[in-house]
Amino acid sequence: MSVNLLKETGPREVFCGLTSIVWLHRRMPDAFFLVVGSRTCAHLIQSAAGVMIFAEPRFGTAILSERDLAGLADAQDELDRVSRELLERRPEIRTLFLVGSCPSEVIKLDLARAAERLNDELRGRVQVVNYSGSGIETTFTQGEDGALSALIPLMPSTDQRQLLMVGTLADAVEDRLIHLFGRIGIDSVCSLPPRQSTELPAVGPGTTVLLTQPYLTTTARLLRDRGARVLTAPFPLGAEGSRSWMEAAAKDFQINAEQVASVLDPLVARAQSALAPHREILNGKRIFLLPESQLELPLARFLQRECGMELVEVGTPYLNREQMAEELALLPEGTTVMEGQHVEKQLDRVRATQPDLVVCGMGLANPLEAEGIATKWSIELVFSPIHGIDQAGELAELFSRPLRRRELIRQALNPPSSAPIDSDPVHA
Amino acid sequence: MQLTLWTYEGPPHVGAMRIAASMEGVHYVLHSPQGDTYADLLFTMIERRDQRPPVTYTTFQARDLGGDTAELVKRHVREAVDRFQPDALLVGESCTAELIQDQAGALANSMGLSMPVVNLELPAYSKKENWGAAETFYQLIRTLLKDQAPAELTHDPKAWQHQGRRPRVNLLGPSLLGFRCRDDVLEIQRLLSMHGIDVGVVAPLGATVADVHRLPEADLNVCLYPEIAESSCAWLERSFGIPFTSTVPIGIGATQDFLVEVHNLLGMTPPSPQAGIRQSRLPWYSESVDSTYLTGKRVFIFGDGTHALAAARICKDELGFEVVGLGTYSREMARPVRAAAKAMGLEALISDDYLEVEAAMAAASPELVLGTQMERHSAKRLGLPCAVISTPMHVQDVPARNSPQMGWEGANVIFDSWVHPLMMGLEEHLIGMFRHDFEFVDGHQSHLGHAGGSGAVAETEVAVSTLKDELVWTADGEAELKKIPFFVRGKVRRNTETFAKSTGRNQIDSETLYDAKAHFSA
Ligand code: SF4
Repeated sequence: MSVNLLKETGPREVFCGLTSIVWLHRRMPDAFFLVVGSRTCAHLIQSAAGVMIFAEPRFGTAILSERDLAGLADAQDELDRVSRELLERRPEIRTLFLVGSCPSEVIKLDLARAAERLNDELRGRVQVVNYSGSGIETTFTQGEDGALSALIPLMPSTDQRQLLMVGTLADAVEDRLIHLFGRIGIDSVCSLPPRQSTELPAVGPGTTVLLTQPYLTTTARLLRDRGARVLTAPFPLGAEGSRSWMEAAAKDFQINAEQVASVLDPLVARAQSALAPHREILNGKRIFLLPESQLELPLARFLQRECGMELVEVGTPYLNREQMAEELALLPEGTTVMEGQHVEKQLDRVRATQPDLVVCGMGLANPLEAEGIATKWSIELVFSPIHGIDQAGELAELFSRPLRRRELIRQALNPPSSAPIDSDPVHA
Repeated sequence: MQLTLWTYEGPPHVGAMRIAASMEGVHYVLHSPQGDTYADLLFTMIERRDQRPPVTYTTFQARDLGGDTAELVKRHVREAVDRFQPDALLVGESCTAELIQDQAGALANSMGLSMPVVNLELPAYSKKENWGAAETFYQLIRTLLKDQAPAELTHDPKAWQHQGRRPRVNLLGPSLLGFRCRDDVLEIQRLLSMHGIDVGVVAPLGATVADVHRLPEADLNVCLYPEIAESSCAWLERSFGIPFTSTVPIGIGATQDFLVEVHNLLGMTPPSPQAGIRQSRLPWYSESVDSTYLTGKRVFIFGDGTHALAAARICKDELGFEVVGLGTYSREMARPVRAAAKAMGLEALISDDYLEVEAAMAAASPELVLGTQMERHSAKRLGLPCAVISTPMHVQDVPARNSPQMGWEGANVIFDSWVHPLMMGLEEHLIGMFRHDFEFVDGHQSHLGHAGGSGAVAETEVAVSTLKDELVWTADGEAELKKIPFFVRGKVRRNTETFAKSTGRNQIDSETLYDAKAHFSA
């Protein structure tokens, strides 16, 4: 491996794992995510999600009070009360996720015990599971890893030969991928998380797992424990990555390469023409990715190989070398890959290198824009349907738009100060 | 443990951030896990700031907890001080750090730093954002000024008269993530300068540490936002003898009262009400015949204490509305809000549960809602027009144009933004005249669509879903209901159903509709 792997510690600027509730609850409309935490946790989720659009969101926070902390109220009893109150109000809920936070972890509130007790009480009417999205243990997307890990024990067993796609996908993207796998010759394809929390896919020795997202380390391990084979492949971002990703599955299902090529070649050709106008804008431009979603490596690979961008620095909050081996191998010689963060030093490097585009969190974007550096929110990449060969153009567009926009308004908003005042606008 | 789906206020350390970010040369070291850095986006996205808030988060992790987190705090304090070289340093803890009890503030205090250090203790499990902002502002002022306090209180707010200068006041309370503070400051500065009064220091918004040291030079403190500045104003009065104002100048009457209060405290002759209030267009716009239709409009008000109180007064005294609901999420302001509600024959709603607020809103059947962004959404669901009067902030509450709430111009802004959702009187009048014309169909809403017409559909659904088991509309009743313009139909439907239930009927025909109409207009 030829990339330049570095590590950094210091103050970080990254969401905690609670944030993944924002997309997980949309994927499973019959699930409720109950964070056991503080007002900070409640405020984080509503700020990240723009919650006000919901009449009643399918996530909430059981806010710990001084009484709970002082032991005046038994936290387990209180949790039972709040869960009952919630389920009474939302009878359509089939799965309740109890989500741990920093405060609940620090006071060692045993959510597993609470889940077990509530499961006994509810007798299958609602399944209750728990995981931690706390900021002392998880960043941003790792929350999804925790949530999916919590579901694995509930998955039925099967020996059937099947492909399991793991990681939240937009529904339309999922449908498209299943359709394409069908055309290649893989007919039995299911997804985790499913669209209904009660319709969990089965897993077993006949199961081949393709991760759709790079941040599912624990989930992958637990699926292996259930007998599944987890493939390592580039992630399905961009035409090239998506193709390799599908090919990895096809190979595992022993489908001949010609069959695969006959389906995918036209798609790749079409993706390349969709990419062309964006490549024109992005080619030769320099990009700096700050660590947040763990999507940074596959994105960097796509932007460099398919859009011609130059990688200044590729940050990632955490690097799973094994799962990322193929991605690392596709990065150009000497690429700086930075694991962890010292946000101040990293911003110093941003300023020193003056990249054309920075991928960063929502807190940092406008200050960088104000310094004249175009940005892209990393959270947008987690929300947008970007997976698969067909989406390559759209994915590139997410990066070309900020640059195109700057070009559109640059002149009018920054007139050259040296223009002569008495210039004749008509006859000039 | 309390189930919370959404909260009006963030945790108290967000309040502290608001103070730090509002000021210049103040840095805040917050002992907290990495996820708490989300709060930056409140400033850079919602308030659209072009700078990061001046906050260093220690971002401790689980693996640090076994080790020396105190050393971690000190390292971050040292780095922050070296890098940002602040004139004053705030040090505090978020909810999680409060539990591990590193006493971050005390640690920083022991480091022998060259700048003043404010040790912030903001109880995260019992207090909220506005309280945190007020406490931080107070602690900062106290730390910076306590050595300057005189042994004996000799302050005379009329001293300017024989010092050959104009009177001078401070404006205290405006902050980032406060409702329209940026524009209110400009408006109040303009208003005071028209009366020959200078503004000394504005704080915290835009203030430096040196400015804070200049606070005692003012004759009078203007407490613009009691939620943020009252405790500081009270301390400055106790320690320096500087009096402070108690009127918040939102609305015509309150602006006039404010001017009278300021003039009296400074020993000046107060301006006459007529000369004053006619500087705003609100009085004439409210008097003009177009506004006749505003008479008795039922208004539901909910917001922070200051803005809810101001709205109630304006609605009742200046726009001729009927206030049918009044409440606040600011527990600190519960007392005055309760008193104001009582004076209007209402019971105040003190709550931070938006669903409870929504239920109270529905029960009051208002024709206009004045609330926070959350009430705007609730009102939309109920098909009611709404204007936003209070935080929590949304990016829409930071408009590019100047849009104050305070002073004469603020009253103009208020007239426009509260009355427009109700639609213009002539138009309502014309619709009444022409509603039987064939062109007048429900689908045709043109520019009136926003006024509640589109919401009427949703409202109908609400009514049906909650009442369908008990009440039946006859075909004749439905036909009569159809004749009523779409934009009031939802309300009529609900009123009629309420009336039918209260009179024990289980069927609604056209007669019931007329009975209900008579009942409600009686
Ligand atoms: S970092 Fe911890 S305390 Fe902060 S929001 Fe996330 S889980 Fe809650």
